[in-house]
Amino acid sequence: MATKVFMEALSPTMEEGRLVKWLKNEGDAVKSGDLLAEVETDKAVMELSARGDGILRKRMIEEGTTAAVGSLVGIIASADEDIASLVGGATAAPTSAALTAPVVAAPAAAAPAVAAPAAPAPAAPSAPAGRVIASPLARRLAGDQGVDLGGLQGSGPGGRIVKRDIEAAMAGGAPKAQAPSTGRVASAGSRLPSPVSGEEYHDEPLTQIRKTIARRLAESIGPIPTFYLTAEFDLARAAEMRAAAAELGDAYKFSFNDLILKATATALSQHPEVNAHWLGDRIRYFNTVHLGMAVATDDGLIVPVIFNAEQKRMSEISAESKALAKKARERKLKPEEFTGSTFSVSNLGMMQIEQFTAIINPPEAGILAIGAIEDRVVVAPDGGFAIRKKLRVTMSCDHRVIDGAVGAKFLQTLRRLIENPLLLVF
Amino acid sequence: MAQFDVIYLGGGPAGYVGALRSAQLGHNVAVVEREGLGGTCVLWGCIPAKALLEAASIAQKVAKGKEFGVTAEKVTLDYGVAMKRSRAVSAQNSKGVEFLFKKNKITWLKGTGVLGPNKSVKVTGADGKAETHTAGKAVVIATGSRVKGLPQIGLELNKTTILSSDEALVLEKAPATMAVIGAGAVGCEFADVFHAFGTKVTLLEVMPRILPLEDEDCSAELAKAFKKRGITVVTGAKLGTVKAGKGGVTIPVEANGEKQEMTFDQVLVAAGRAPNIENIGLKEAGIQTTERGFIKVNDRLETTVKGVYAIGDVAGPPMLAHKGQREGHVVAEIIAGVHHHPVNYGNIPNATYCHPEVASIGLTEAQCKEKGLKYKVGKFPFSANGRARTSGETEGFVKVIKDEKFGEILGAHIIGAHATELIHEFAVARENEFTVEEIDLAIHAHPTLSEAIAEAVLDSMGKMLHA
Repeated sequence: MATKVFMEALSPTMEEGRLVKWLKNEGDAVKSGDLLAEVETDKAVMELSARGDGILRKRMIEEGTTAAVGSLVGIIASADEDIASLVGGATAAPTSAALTAPVVAAPAAAAPAVAAPAAPAPAAPSAPAGRVIASPLARRLAGDQGVDLGGLQGSGPGGRIVKRDIEAAMAGGAPKAQAPSTGRVASAGSRLPSPVSGEEYHDEPLTQIRKTIARRLAESIGPIPTFYLTAEFDLARAAEMRAAAAELGDAYKFSFNDLILKATATALSQHPEVNAHWLGDRIRYFNTVHLGMAVATDDGLIVPVIFNAEQKRMSEISAESKALAKKARERKLKPEEFTGSTFSVSNLGMMQIEQFTAIINPPEAGILAIGAIEDRVVVAPDGGFAIRKKLRVTMSCDHRVIDGAVGAKFLQTLRRLIENPLLLVF
Repeated sequence: MAQFDVIYLGGGPAGYVGALRSAQLGHNVAVVEREGLGGTCVLWGCIPAKALLEAASIAQKVAKGKEFGVTAEKVTLDYGVAMKRSRAVSAQNSKGVEFLFKKNKITWLKGTGVLGPNKSVKVTGADGKAETHTAGKAVVIATGSRVKGLPQIGLELNKTTILSSDEALVLEKAPATMAVIGAGAVGCEFADVFHAFGTKVTLLEVMPRILPLEDEDCSAELAKAFKKRGITVVTGAKLGTVKAGKGGVTIPVEANGEKQEMTFDQVLVAAGRAPNIENIGLKEAGIQTTERGFIKVNDRLETTVKGVYAIGDVAGPPMLAHKGQREGHVVAEIIAGVHHHPVNYGNIPNATYCHPEVASIGLTEAQCKEKGLKYKVGKFPFSANGRARTSGETEGFVKVIKDEKFGEILGAHIIGAHATELIHEFAVARENEFTVEEIDLAIHAHPTLSEAIAEAVLDSMGKMLHA
């Protein structure tokens, strides 16, 4: 029985992948789980692994070729099996692989849903890259609602996925669905997470006033009605603390950025009303902080995540943020390392930007933009002048979740923590 | 005394189809039936009525022949002949079911059946002899329904001047004047037939429109067509107490704020049917009925007594032969313990065979509104359809109602020639959850009436080409 090798969705947002390098030659024996090829996704270089045993009989695309998710890139079969019908006329024509792939049947319907659950681990049994049998209506509903057809077991004739299966999945019952993956729900994009509350968060249905605020503000400004709060923090004590810590040895050194991350995580844990996701029909408030930190790479912006940041010590945050930034620049981040953040921080201080506004990463409700630390002349308490280290932060808030005063209160807490960093010890 | 696996009580569409499927699944099957096989449908309903409607259709076509260059002179209309042909067609179909029974080795127990304890049935033949048979697996009640009069206003069926469809089907000649009471499918069909055979027909309906269960647009279109042909249509009619005498039947009718007495040679009562739940031992067996007098069944068609099932008209509305047939099919599979798909009650087509024909499936526009659905309507008139013009049958339209966002086909309504055949494109589409887009993508042959479906669907997407 031949196994078709498909271009898989190796990251949640991946729509196509460039096959960088084949790791097996035609004629090589392969076992399920063996690495077949390196694939460059929108975020990183990932590995495509075999999902069946046999011999790699055919490479359908050449190195350097880009193929759509779900398209056929190779055939694994036994040595004597006739694979002519699978290969078809599409011998290594660079892009025709996508056309001949028998994966996505419906023309208009939700094509990307096929490959979905995205967990790159070869263990995930719910990601059969084969044909998903679903009615046209079910495909449309699933496409609209972000339901992953690959993870559903159909109740129609021959296991066909029909409307009632999508409705059941949306109602959260998903009785016949094989749970797509354990662990946290990927939050990239506002794909519908399960509506049940968990240990890590609780969902709150929208009140009427929240609904009205959301509707009116979204009408007024973009789909995410954003407003901005800017504050200037005094870093005198933070600088003292940093110098004192550095005197204790290299193990205690930390950067201002580390301090800001630590303080933000602590403040968020005290303000769950800001540490939240907008999910369309409800707001998800998280009980834990997964802090996204924007990193600039040569290819563009990526936001790796420090998970459970509020529980981590300064030294841990410092080490982790360094390691994540390095991995990001080397494009070695795994999808689970850059999805699932509850709130994000972006820092352009090192580039001498005084202050700026950052764009919210939905479904998150806010992001902090950190400017440069500068010495400023200020009015001293005695009426004279003084020179103080100052930092400007600007918080972008999704007004559907965070009202002005709520955001301001969060910044008050953050100010207290950054201006009195000793509090972080408590 | 004989032992079977399954005994069906009633040999109508529900019972005989169930029996065939049970036999196919390897069961030893008996069917208790006192009359001919095929039930009301074959003997007193669908089949003979359609034979008469075909006669009516020929009469209408002959009358129009001149425009086509076909002139028939000295045309005579003889209801008696049409009736005899319709009886012959019925008999032929009933014999067909008999043949299928023999082929599948199904035993026909001729007589009247009464439920006994432990899945037994006592069958009394025409000669008065009684015998008790038992079913090892199940007894299925499929006793159907019967016409009912309206005795509360003096319309007691008397077989001479106040008739049900049963008597109308065996009349020797068409009366000069007739009132048809009830403008559902049966009423509209008989109004059509008798009008074609020269009777002056008045169609009386209590509800504000004819075919009250169909989409309002279809009701209006049919009323227009009937009136144009000379059938008097009175809707929103309040009927007073009827007097039946030698000179005919007098009905006080109040409609549109006017009161008048109308007198007819004959009255056909086509208002409703009653389930046959009497004299079959339901109470003794402990089988419960609903408030409306149907046998109570669960979603597996099982009654309140284990091992006893009910299907067809007696198990609840809609009282349609094809609904009963499907239930028969499914109950046989449930009893045999093989995989079955439950009856999809939301996707049962309705068909009325008057001229123009009316057929529908799914929700009416009013029902969509009631449910607060966001929908779009697509409509295409047969007057703009090439094939309809060639046959001179340009009355009517195809109307499709789709979900605004996803294109789901919420309902479809067709009025026009061959509507009852055309509707099945929508039945298949809906069963498979095709959206309007899949219907559009399917290429429709030209010239056909089916193109009107494709055009209505295009209209629902704002892309209609031919009108």
